[in-house]
Amino acid sequence: MSGGGTSAEYIKHHLTNLAYGKLPAGYERVGEHGGSHVLEESTWTMARSPEEASAMGFNAVHVDTLGWSIVTGLVFCFLFWRMAQKATAGVPSGLLNFVEMIVEFIDTTVKDTFHYSNKLIAPMALTIFCWIFLMNLMDLVPVDWLPMLAAKLTGNPHQYFKVVPTTDVNITLGMAFTVFGLMIFFSIKEKGVMGFVKELTLHPFHASKWYVNILLIPINLILESVSLIAKPISLGLRLFGNLYAGEMIFILIAIMFGAGWALGLFAGVLQWAWAVFHVLVITLQAFVFMVLTIVYMSMAHDVEEEH
Amino acid sequence: MNINATLIGQSITFFIFVWFCLKYIWPPIRNAMAEREQKIADGLQAADRAQHDLELAKQKIAHELHEAKQQAAVIIEQANKRSALIVDEAKQQAREEGDRLKVAAQAEIEQEVNRAREKLRRQVSTLAVAGAEKILQSSIDVGAHNKLVDKLAAEL
Repeated sequence: MSGGGTSAEYIKHHLTNLAYGKLPAGYERVGEHGGSHVLEESTWTMARSPEEASAMGFNAVHVDTLGWSIVTGLVFCFLFWRMAQKATAGVPSGLLNFVEMIVEFIDTTVKDTFHYSNKLIAPMALTIFCWIFLMNLMDLVPVDWLPMLAAKLTGNPHQYFKVVPTTDVNITLGMAFTVFGLMIFFSIKEKGVMGFVKELTLHPFHASKWYVNILLIPINLILESVSLIAKPISLGLRLFGNLYAGEMIFILIAIMFGAGWALGLFAGVLQWAWAVFHVLVITLQAFVFMVLTIVYMSMAHDVEEEH
Repeated sequence: MNINATLIGQSITFFIFVWFCLKYIWPPIRNAMAEREQKIADGLQAADRAQHDLELAKQKIAHELHEAKQQAAVIIEQANKRSALIVDEAKQQAREEGDRLKVAAQAEIEQEVNRAREKLRRQVSTLAVAGAEKILQSSIDVGAHNKLVDKLAAEL
């Protein structure tokens, strides 16, 4: 446990992001050593408390999760880029074998699901799988290590620092909405605007008489819109929920470390067991996100036959 | 758990990484793998072809071996014939030579015999004369009696 305090404080501390954002004018800021002052104009600053982060509203960036997301993304890019440079038609060795195995696996998965010609899908699937896996992998780093390191580096013992990017709903929804955007884009590109609108309005109910169709259009529109919007939200929240819950359990286990040697030992065993199980979860979630993305892209390319 | 600009930041990051992967990671790896697949396929095909070639070569070897054996048999037969011929010829020659030698030897023997007979005859005549001289105890005209002695000697 870092910095002492009650269990509730510990948990809350671990679930708060390090936010950099714009505090609105007139916000009453509580100083580090008590006392407060009112901001005369809106200011870009680091949030000192969850309340300040909330007050920033949309004009804030979670430096920690976005930072780790970029770092893990760079790790993926660098690693694969290095291997891509090494890749030749000769005998592959070492890490290149592993990288090629992943590429082969992604390629097979994409070819099984996506039957259209689009050069973006497979590289995107590879990026999603590896990147999300790496982001999820941060969950296996013991929950206190990196926050403690951050506290040491900044000199602030209560430094907020959330390490696992996929436990931040902004990160998962950010990716899900990007996938959603691409889905709409390819949908319109493949079927045209009218085709896309038709897909939203003439399904799933369709009648042969035109006047019945007009009556059915609003119902179809509501149903199809809901199912369309549900796609990115479920995609993002599924990943978020799984990893958030996983991290929560790691935090709860970490609390037990402070409760005597017997419980601490038990917590060690628990943490190990949960980590082993979590390896499965993080891989599976990365895979699920990737497969669903491919499926959605496939649906976007799917020019519907007449019903 | 606030929804904020991190969302947009992550979207942009996502785009950049996907673009990077699309541009610099996926194509080289896939190309290398496809190239390797092609190479392996070619290699396997070459191996098949080599196997086939080997089979053909083996057949050819067997065929040539058979032919060579036949040729050798023919040659040996010819050689046998020829050696038989040579032996026959040599026998013939030897026989002829032997005959010739035999004739020569017989001629020589005959000559020897004649010569010995001549010699003997001459000695006999002398011996007879000497014998007669002893018997008569008187000298006899050698010239007068030579004809008689020669006649005697000729009867031998």
